[in-house]
Parts: sequence; C-alpha cells; structure tokens
Amino acid sequence: MEQKRKQTILIADDSEINRSILVDILGDEYDILEAEDGVQAVAAIRKHLAEIDLVLLDIVMPEMDGFEVLTVMNQQNWIEDLPVIMISAESAPAHMERAYNLGVTDFISRPFNALVVHRRVVNTTLLYAKQKKLVNLVAEQIYEKEQQNGLMIDILSHIVEFRNGESGQHVLHIRTLTELFLQHLILKTDRYQITRADISLISTASALHDIGKIAIPSEVLNKPGRLTDEEFKIMKTHSAVGADMMDSVPVHQGERLVAVARSICRWHHERWDGRGYPDGLKGDEIPIEAQIVALADVYDALTSPRCYKPAFTHAKAVEMILGGQCGTFNPLILECLTETADRLPEMLRSAQTQASHMELRSVAEEMHRHEELSASERTLQLLEHERMKYNFFAAMTQELQFEYTDSPPMLILSAWGAEKLGLGETVMDPLHNERALAIFSGADMHRLSQALRAAPRENPVVTYVCKIRLGGAERWHRIIARTTWSSDEPPKYTGFIGKAVDIHDSHEKLATLEQEASHDALTGLLNHAYAQKRILAQIEAGPSSHYALAILDLDHFKSANDNFGHSFGDQVLKHMAERLHFSIRGGDTAARVGGDEFLIFLEYTSDLEPVIDRIYQAISGGKFDDFTISVSMGVATTEMVGYSYDTLFHAADQALYTVKRGGRGRCCFYDQSMADTLSAISPIDGGEARGEHDE
Amino acid sequence: MTLQECYAAMGGDYEGVMGRLRSERMVQKFVLKFLADGSYDLLLSSAAAADWQEAFRAAHTIKGVCQNLGFNRLYESSSELSEAMRDGKPLADPALLERVKEDYAATAGAIRALQEALGV
Repeated sequence: MEQKRKQTILIADDSEINRSILVDILGDEYDILEAEDGVQAVAAIRKHLAEIDLVLLDIVMPEMDGFEVLTVMNQQNWIEDLPVIMISAESAPAHMERAYNLGVTDFISRPFNALVVHRRVVNTTLLYAKQKKLVNLVAEQIYEKEQQNGLMIDILSHIVEFRNGESGQHVLHIRTLTELFLQHLILKTDRYQITRADISLISTASALHDIGKIAIPSEVLNKPGRLTDEEFKIMKTHSAVGADMMDSVPVHQGERLVAVARSICRWHHERWDGRGYPDGLKGDEIPIEAQIVALADVYDALTSPRCYKPAFTHAKAVEMILGGQCGTFNPLILECLTETADRLPEMLRSAQTQASHMELRSVAEEMHRHEELSASERTLQLLEHERMKYNFFAAMTQELQFEYTDSPPMLILSAWGAEKLGLGETVMDPLHNERALAIFSGADMHRLSQALRAAPRENPVVTYVCKIRLGGAERWHRIIARTTWSSDEPPKYTGFIGKAVDIHDSHEKLATLEQEASHDALTGLLNHAYAQKRILAQIEAGPSSHYALAILDLDHFKSANDNFGHSFGDQVLKHMAERLHFSIRGGDTAARVGGDEFLIFLEYTSDLEPVIDRIYQAISGGKFDDFTISVSMGVATTEMVGYSYDTLFHAADQALYTVKRGGRGRCCFYDQSMADTLSAISPIDGGEARGEHDE
Repeated sequence: MTLQECYAAMGGDYEGVMGRLRSERMVQKFVLKFLADGSYDLLLSSAAAADWQEAFRAAHTIKGVCQNLGFNRLYESSSELSEAMRDGKPLADPALLERVKEDYAATAGAIRALQEALGV
C-alpha cells in the first residue's frame, strides 16, 4: 500500500495565536493552510478546493466574517463536499443555529479543549473520507454491473448461436449495425426521441433478438435445405418465445434493458407493410428498436454464409434489401442503410477483430489495477491538471486575466494581474471596494458591466477601452471579456471572464497621429479639413440650432512677411492663433484655413452681434513688435443662408471680400447685396484675388 | 517565576488551560507569544479613531485568545467591552476600555516577569 497523502485543513482565524494553537494540535497529522480573514479563506478554498478536506472557521473576522464565508460556500456548492467546523467565542444559540443552517458540520466553543478539537477533526475528516469513498465505490459498482450485464448477454446469445451453428460473429454484427443505424437515424430525425443512452441500451439488447431459438428443435433450426411450411411455422415461433422468455425473467422486470430486449425479440420479424410476424404490425406500430434490428438482422443474414445458402456480397445484399426481396422497411431506415453503406463492410471487419471476450477480460484487469482510481477521482485529477496548465500559462503571458462571478459578487485575478494591480487574487464586491475603484473607475466598471449584461449569449464577447490606474499613473487598456452562463435551462448569466491588455503606448501614438492629422502644425489650431468635419458633425447633431461662421484675415500681412521675414510672419500667425484661441468659448471652433486666414464657427441662441463684436475686439488691434494687428472679418449665419457648409463658407467669404474692398479693419455681416461679389480667398492657394486687394 | 505563578499574577486559570491544552511547553509558548499580538494596539488606535467596528473586532480577538489561554481577568473585561461595541456601536462607557487597559497591563506585566525569569 502506498503512503497515503496527509489530509489538508484550512484554518481561518484572524488571530495568529489562535491559529498557532490549532496548528500545534493538528499539524503533526494534517497539512495546514492558514487564512487570516474571510476573503483569504474564500480565495484559499477556491484555489485548493480539490486538496482541502476540512475548514476550521472563526466567526468574527475582518473583510468577510465566517457567516459570509459560509454563504459563499453555499452559493458555490462547496459546502456539499467540504466539511466546516466552526470555532468561536460566540456561543449564543442564535449563532450556532445560523451556523448549522448554513451547513457547518460541527460547532466548537472557545475555550476549546485540545483533545476535543483533535477528536472532532479526526471524526469529521474520517466521516467525509468514508463518504467520498462510498460515492466512488457506488460509481464503480454501477460501472461493473453494466459490464456484467454485457457479459451475461454475450454468453446467452453465444449459446444461441452455438446451437444455430452460426459463426459467433452474428451477435457482434447485429450490435455494430444497430448502433451505426441508430446513430445515423438520430442525425436525420428527432421523430423517435432516441438519446445516446438509448442507443447503447438498444445495441446491447439487440444481441438477444434470437434468444427464442433456444426453444426450436435443432432438426428444424439446422436443417440444410428449404423448410416445409410446417417447419417454417415452428421456426417463426422463436420471436414470440423470445418475448415470453423476457416476460418471465424472474428478476429485473422493471429494467429498461429487459423491456427493450422483449420488444426486439418479439417484433424483429415484423415488416413496414404489415406482412411480417408474429403480430402483423404496420409502420411505426413496430417499435423503432425492432425496426432497426430487423434491418441489421436481414443484412447480416444475407452477407453471412448459412447452412442453406452462401454469403452474398455487400453490394448484392444492399441491392436485394432495397429491391424489397426481404420485405419492406421504413424508408427512413433504408436511407440509413444506403447512406452508411460505404462504411459497413469496414465497420464489420473491425468489429470482428475486437474479439469480445478478450476485450472484456482486459477491461476487467485494467479496472482491477486502478481500483482506487475511480471515475470521480479521475475527473478531479483531470481538472487539477487543467487548472495547473491554465495557471502556468496565465503566469507566463504576463496578462491581467480576471474572472467575475455575479453571485456572490467576486472578482478573481490571475496571480500576475493581482500583483500588478496590488490587489488580492480574490476581491469581494469590487463595485464597492475602495481599492479596486481607485484602480478602475466606478463609471468604467459600471459601463463595462452594463455592456456585458446586454451582450447576447450568441455573441458574448465585449471589448472596452478605458484607463486603468497602475502605480499612480493612468494607462490605457483594452479589456476583452466574455459572459459566462449557467448550465440551467434557460441559462442564467453568471458573470464574465476576460483580460486587460495594456495598449497605452499604441493608444498614445494613435492620439498623437490624430492630433497631427487634425491640427495645423504652425498654430496648433484645427486645420480646415478637420474643422469642416467637426462643423458638419455639430450641425448634424443639432440641426435646428443657429450657427454663425466667420472668416477673418490679417490686413497687410504680406508686408509683415516682406519687411520682417517669413519667420516673423510665422510669429505673427502664432500670436493671432493664441488670441483667437482665448477669445472663443468652449464649444466654439477656431481653425486656420490657410495663409493668414482663420475661421470661427459658433452656435448662438439670441443676439449674435454682441458675441461677434466681443470676439472681434479681442483679436483685433494692438501691435506685435512693430507690426500693427488689424483684422478684416466676414460673418454669415445659417439664419441667412441655410445649413450647407459650402454656402455658409462662401457667404462669409463674400462678406470678407466686401470688407477688404471697403478699406479693411472691420467686421461685416453677409447680406443679399453681396451675393454677386468676388471671393476674398478662393481659390485659397491661388493668391490672385488676395494679391489684388492686399496691395 | 514559573508559568503557574505567572497565571496567578495576572488572574488567570492555570489549571483550566492545562486541562484543555495539556502541554506546559505549548501553553508557555503561546503565553510568550501573547505580547506580540497586535490586537491590543489595534483596539487602542481604532477606539481613538472612533472606528467602532474595527475596535469591536480587536476586542473580540483579544477575548478569544484570552479565553483559549485562560487569561480569565482580561477575558472578562475584553468580553464585556466587545459586547458594548457589537455591530459597531459607539462605546458609551469609557470605563470598560479603562478596565481592559488595566487588565492588559497586569497580564502583560506578569508575562514580562515570566520572560525575565526564563531569560528569553
């Protein structure tokens, strides 16, 4: 017997001394895990569920108290397999009652006696170990019983075959064909409501179809030539006899296997058109299991040599069946035959090599060798393996991975993620956890959880970009998450899993590129193309508001360039841009159209003139070094010319032209009289129109 | 000073604790650990900050430890104090805290004397 692993106990108590006392009492015989508050306890159970055999739980603890831990254990169904002994100074009956209601196995009051604690822990772990073992034992026995059923059936049916002088493969073939046809049938129709378990049951029972032949005299059964009518009559009784035998099985009468076998025995010679025997059933009056076995039986009889005939080829057999030479069959089942026909010969050959007894013996040996390794333990080991793999890869990827359960609200972070964020691996109620909220804003958390809740089950993946505060600095992250659903019918939303990827650098770069693409490099104002886009969007968003567009340029700017040089000209433009920037309101748009022309776009509600006048006063006048700042400005409004950007721009341009022609240095609103004037700035880069009035 | 004399000095129940934990070595180990436990400091600081929830938990922890170790006098006063602050109720009677302070001082004094006698 190999060395048994020590059982593991989780001790959850906020006092180090109290934990140490328990470790002293139990540490020799058990492996101990410790938790100093409820959240740690939940995290430890979640992480080590497969290993922990018992929890010793204190009631009064920080973060989460013992009752809250029990509540989580109930919600997660951990309490069913994991015993909890509560140890507390709270000896009030109400507390004990609540603890028992939440599923604790035992309650120990302080001050505790070392012997009592030891004894109760040993008893509880033994009891649960026994229970675990019993569960495994039962599972094994069920498995064994199924195996034995199959074995008994094989023996019985082989006796029949032996008597028939058949090859011994007939039963195996029927079983293989039955299984194949049924599997194909359920792909084609749900008319018969056949489950996977039914297929296994029917295939097993199919071996008994000819059991009634035991009662047929062997001179009839093994007669080499054609049977006389009298003999055939006797032969035909085997189906009813088989059914009677099943009816009189002394035990197991309630079992499905017996009922299905009876139905197959009695009706596997019925035919779809009602011309079979013994009852002359028609169509789907014949139970589906008997219909299937009938076809399998006919096919195998045709392709096997018999004392009265040689073996036909596969193709010939199929042809004869489809030609109706062996009676009529359910068209659906005939389709199963034709659609699986290609695979049949190969399937039957490989079935032959599975010499069933050897197979059974080796299975039994295998079972024996792994007696302790029952199905449920195997499953746990597989799970544990998957978990280990997952943890390993999660640690390798250096990704912030997370899992959220809705009830109880609990966020579980990958080890790497938890360290990166400076949080525990388990965060209870993150929407109300200050430390979590300091990292991930409540608004973002709320929006993300709304988006996830709204995600349909067919399309459960949500991507969300937001800032996460890491070590005092905010960094852009892309969160990719998918919702998880329970296995209930209908499925319930249970939470989500996902990861957060740091996209700060690429996001910043993108933002810079966008900034560069949309802004004028010299002045930092928007460029014309981007301003136009923004203006159009603003008009579209508020199509009934009033807007004004102003175009302005610097008077005598060319002379500034000529007299002081281009870099001075650039300084003047920057200065203008700054004045513009500070004179407009938050929602207004200021942009450089090109050269020394700028535009302003604004929304207004009542009196526009004072607004325009204030802006004009703010940007016009004064000097920049020796250059006098004088501005000409033309204004057009949607009230006058409508909402087309081009019309609006053109009208403002015409108003500007009017100012330029009329002596510069002032601001003017567009009116109908200017409709035929020239443009001040179009074509923008042509320069001729400008040259004409600037000089 | 022996462990038994230490218990007598602090008003503890030596017979009781020996009956429950059974090993003098073990009891002594935990008695000596008691001074390092942070619950008392936590009780004083959270009471000063009027964080009664935290103060309740600290008092409750002291009570639990004292109960296990048979420090009966401090157990009784800390038990009474924690009940007065249960569910974060503000402490109405400051005398309860004063008594815990006195009993803690007596308990700690006895343990220090034991430490000296043992030369640890």
